[in-house]
Amino acid sequence: MKPSLSVAPTEVREPEIGEVVVPDRPWVVIVWNDPINLMSYVTFVFQKLFGYSLEKATKLMLDVHEKGKAVVSSGPREKAELDVFRLHEHGLWATMEHDE
Amino acid sequence: MTGRRVRRNRKGQFEIRLAEPERELLRSLGPQLREVINDEDDDAAVARLFPVAYRDDPDRETEFRLLARDELRSSHLAALAVLEESAGAERLDEEQVLAWMRAINDVRLVLGTRLDVTEEGHERPADLTDPRAPAFAVYDFLSWLQGEIVDALSP
Repeated sequence: MKPSLSVAPTEVREPEIGEVVVPDRPWVVIVWNDPINLMSYVTFVFQKLFGYSLEKATKLMLDVHEKGKAVVSSGPREKAELDVFRLHEHGLWATMEHDE
Repeated sequence: MTGRRVRRNRKGQFEIRLAEPERELLRSLGPQLREVINDEDDDAAVARLFPVAYRDDPDRETEFRLLARDELRSSHLAALAVLEESAGAERLDEEQVLAWMRAINDVRLVLGTRLDVTEEGHERPADLTDPRAPAFAVYDFLSWLQGEIVDALSP
């Protein structure tokens, strides 16, 4: 699953002379499959935390269950960290990485 | 008792129909889970409550932990405190049910990790004299209760 972000947020800080500017690529939040969390619980958490419809939350849950992982949200680093934190509060196995 | 054990009523409260031994079991989870939450050594069960955020970036992971670990610990403890305080209640508001849901899941994560459960469930002891049988019974009860809570909360 790929997020549909088309515009990457840019750095606010002015670059130093000679510095290579790496654009702030979006981050994706990934939830990994685990044998303990109930499928109904994972679906509910996706709806509650991200406001997703039952259909979307169920599809993401099934991706986690069947493919082993799913991208559940994306955005700037701060937002991704907050999403990871909230998923960890709910006991889901969430990580974040740069979108490719 | 038959039928739904956790039910949303017309006022938006949640009616909890559990027998006293079941409530006593919920109370008994507190001290054990609190010990794991406050454990500074990352064994597998502790790690399940405090997962890694950055898999391939140790520097950012260290930074994230510095910022998030205490807050995450407080959050796990707060949910557990609600469960302990309201384990005897016949009616809960939505915030309380959400706390029950998280605390019960935390216990399931710890127990499930220690029992090494799999999706297939092949590790289940067939024999009731198996020393792991009581822990599996608690795990299965909590899984069932968690399912009741999620059903009652789901829109």
